[in-house]
Amino acid sequence: MEYWLPIIYMGVMGLALLIYVMLDGYDLGVGLLLPLAEEDEKDMMIASIGPFWDANETWIVLGVGILLIAFPLAHGIILSGLYLPVTIMLMGLMLRGVAFDLRVKAGDHHRGRWNKAFFAGSLIASTAQGWMLGAYITGLQDNITSLLFSALIAMTLPALYLILGCGWLLMKTEGALLNKAIAWGRMAIWPMGLGLFMVSVATPMVSPAIAAKWFTLPYTILLLPIPLSCIICYVAIFILLGKPNILRHGYGWLIYAATAVICVMASLGLAYSIFPDIIIGQMTIWDAAASVKSLQFTLVGVVITLPVILFYTFFMYRIFHGKATALSYE
Amino acid sequence: MSFDPFVLARIQFATNMSFHILFPAISIGLAWILLFFRLRYTLTGDKAWEYAYLFWVKVFALTFAMGVVSGITMSFQFGTNWPGFMEKAGNVAGPLLGYEVLTAFFLEASFLGIMLFGKDRVSNRLHLISTFLVAFGTTLSAFWILSLNSWMQTPTGYHLEDGVVMVDSWIEVIFNPSFPYRFFHMLIASVLTSAFLVAGVSAWRALKNVDGPATWKVMKTGVIIAAVLAPLQIFIGDLHGLNTLEHQPAKIAAMEAIWDTEEAVPFTVFALPDETTRSNRFAIEVPYAASLILTHDRHGQVQGLNDFKGEHPPVAMVFWSFRVMLAMGGLMLLTAWISAWQFRGQHRPSKTILHLLSAMAFSGWIAVLSGWYVTEIGRQPWIVTGVLTVNDVAADHSSATLAGTLFGYVALYVFLLGSYIAALRHMSNKPAASLVMMNLPSRNRADDKPPKNKEH
Ligand code: HDD
Ligand code: HEM
Ligand code: HEM
Repeated sequence: MEYWLPIIYMGVMGLALLIYVMLDGYDLGVGLLLPLAEEDEKDMMIASIGPFWDANETWIVLGVGILLIAFPLAHGIILSGLYLPVTIMLMGLMLRGVAFDLRVKAGDHHRGRWNKAFFAGSLIASTAQGWMLGAYITGLQDNITSLLFSALIAMTLPALYLILGCGWLLMKTEGALLNKAIAWGRMAIWPMGLGLFMVSVATPMVSPAIAAKWFTLPYTILLLPIPLSCIICYVAIFILLGKPNILRHGYGWLIYAATAVICVMASLGLAYSIFPDIIIGQMTIWDAAASVKSLQFTLVGVVITLPVILFYTFFMYRIFHGKATALSYE
Repeated sequence: MSFDPFVLARIQFATNMSFHILFPAISIGLAWILLFFRLRYTLTGDKAWEYAYLFWVKVFALTFAMGVVSGITMSFQFGTNWPGFMEKAGNVAGPLLGYEVLTAFFLEASFLGIMLFGKDRVSNRLHLISTFLVAFGTTLSAFWILSLNSWMQTPTGYHLEDGVVMVDSWIEVIFNPSFPYRFFHMLIASVLTSAFLVAGVSAWRALKNVDGPATWKVMKTGVIIAAVLAPLQIFIGDLHGLNTLEHQPAKIAAMEAIWDTEEAVPFTVFALPDETTRSNRFAIEVPYAASLILTHDRHGQVQGLNDFKGEHPPVAMVFWSFRVMLAMGGLMLLTAWISAWQFRGQHRPSKTILHLLSAMAFSGWIAVLSGWYVTEIGRQPWIVTGVLTVNDVAADHSSATLAGTLFGYVALYVFLLGSYIAALRHMSNKPAASLVMMNLPSRNRADDKPPKNKEH
């Protein structure tokens, strides 16, 4: 128990954060794309994420929640170490969540301003999340490499979200907007590729511990599927974006799916790099774990509720399946 | 002194919490009121109830969004501002917050999508169920978080190992002594807050001549709910106070500004409590009343603050917050009963009452905030009563960082709160949908255009 419980929680936390990136990623991406669209298209883009964004954001609450439940010692260190980017991210998320509603409720002449706020909030939140990830991977240090690395990821993550957003729009929209989504995707694919490449190269460079884990045989070979599948998916996205006819005929989801695979692989790679630390080089998951009794108590809840949550999340996506329509309370 | 990082961290936490609670205080109650409108519509087929639902669901969506985003901030705050709290009390706080996320947040967030935007995609019954689940989810979330908060006030069911809290019994932790009182007091507070909002906005609409038949039905509903719950709230508040006297006597002494342990203690209506002289200036007192309220005996003995020297909360803040809550409680009772009286039969309330109701639209917020200030400041210097003090748990950020982010939060909150209220005003000033749809003439010539159908 003492051994396995922290590992299980590490898995659940990773899963929650992965789902967060894949789900809130697309709606943040849609927010980032907003300024590029015409006025009526903006309404449609927002309508496409309307029923989902709240539930999407709940996954990050679960992620920090698990950090807090299972690893209270690390929770404080990580969150106070990331104090500034976390605060900035929270402000971005606030601005955005509120703009979402106020743009239609505060009167028509304010709509433009709230659209801008929605974009700004999305940009602030996604950049700050990238920064947090970078600072976390470099072990919450305050030196120049760490700062550079964090800045790098801060620029990459939004690009990833952009592609997720494009993939989402390909599934949920039609006509001119869909064509635009394809064009946006073609633009965003470059920074995303460059970013992913640089992050992959830089990670072992900034962290010798991680380098050692990847570049010793036979692990290098065993791990090969991770980078390989990322590359395959990336190339697939690249090729697909050049074939608008396929995307227009109901295969837009391929872009989203391929990006999602990249997310999954990247997080597997990350998990492998970090394990069994919770704060790299400082604290293992066992050092940070809460008491067995508390972990067991919550595990019961996790085991019962998580499948139920996944079920009704799926159910909700079923109900709102298909191309988006204008949002209406009636 | 105000640049002490520790003080800043506390101000920051209190600011965020105060902002957050404004929205749950409405969403919890309003969710149930919406369910009521929805049920009335389904059962009676009366269109007015549907209009009522459609108007208030917009307010609800906006409020809920504000609650969600400010809540996400709260869930990070424990780690960013009080890392020591989680290290020492994480074994209790973690699971309770965890159950809140797992059982409540996902439920409300997922079914909210269906409740708001799924009406034409699912059956009436499934939509009703979704509306119910959202209301249930908000209440469940209050259950868990209040359980944690109450445990911090009156901890039971644990022991300490090297200063770290270890749980002995979850039942005792969750159902700690102050929990039932706090849970019901807060739930009723929320329904009262929404009832006054609903009645107040409707009264405002009537005064602006943009009301339809639905407006009056809504107003009457709000008034009746308030008339029933206001006395109940006072009753539960009294029980709550008796419970606090048993478990946190220093808090009660501060609430009543009682310095010396005495018998036959008077109730102080007005005073300026002064901690340097340890006495009340300009006190106006009602003889025997405090003993009577607190011990139900005219001559009962009540412990004074001097028994807790160095370990009691700041007196004036607690004393005055408590007075504000009591005053609001009294005002709510009066307003609700007078309005309900005027509604009897087929009557409609007079203009004066409409003005009063719309002035009281946000009275719930004032009462809720002051209530929480009593509870939270009254707990000082403890963060978990008798176990952890605040000094044990603070993070060590620099004052500059904290002052900067605090400034950012305050600026953002002022802006968001202003926008929220402006949006409510904007919605309230639109002619009622029922006027337009039922082809009744709008009584407001100046603003006689139909509302847009495609709202949102
Ligand atoms: C008595 C009620 C109450 C209290 C004291 C709190 N909350 Fe809250 N919270 C709610 C009642 C609520 C709610 C009714 O469930 C909300 C508010 C409005 C809403 O939309 O859901 C919510 C939303 C909400 C959310 C977003 C949930 C989502 O994604 O749907 C989070 C993360 C928190 N809260 C976290 C907290 C934390 C960490 C608190 C304490 C420190 C806290 N809340 C105090
Ligand atoms: C919902 C309305 C709430 C309001 C308005 C509120 C307000 C406050 C205020 C004013 C303080 C500062 C006290 C001081 O420094 O003198 C405070 C502190 C604190 N509260 Fe709350 N609070 C609320 C709910 C909660 C809940 C639900 C929890 C936990 C479950 C909580 C946990 C804390 C903690 C950890 C502190 C910091 C330590 C301290 O200063 O005591 N609060 N809150
Ligand atoms: C007038 C009669 C009332 C009495 C006697 C009363 C009594 C109390 C007491 C004793 C507390 C502090 C409990 C503690 O921390 O130990 C409290 C807290 C609180 N009150 Fe009241 N109250 C009254 C009216 C109201 C009204 C009208 C509202 C809101 C609509 C309200 C909302 C709250 C809230 C939100 C809290 C903080 C949470 C809690 O500790 O329950 N109260 N009340």
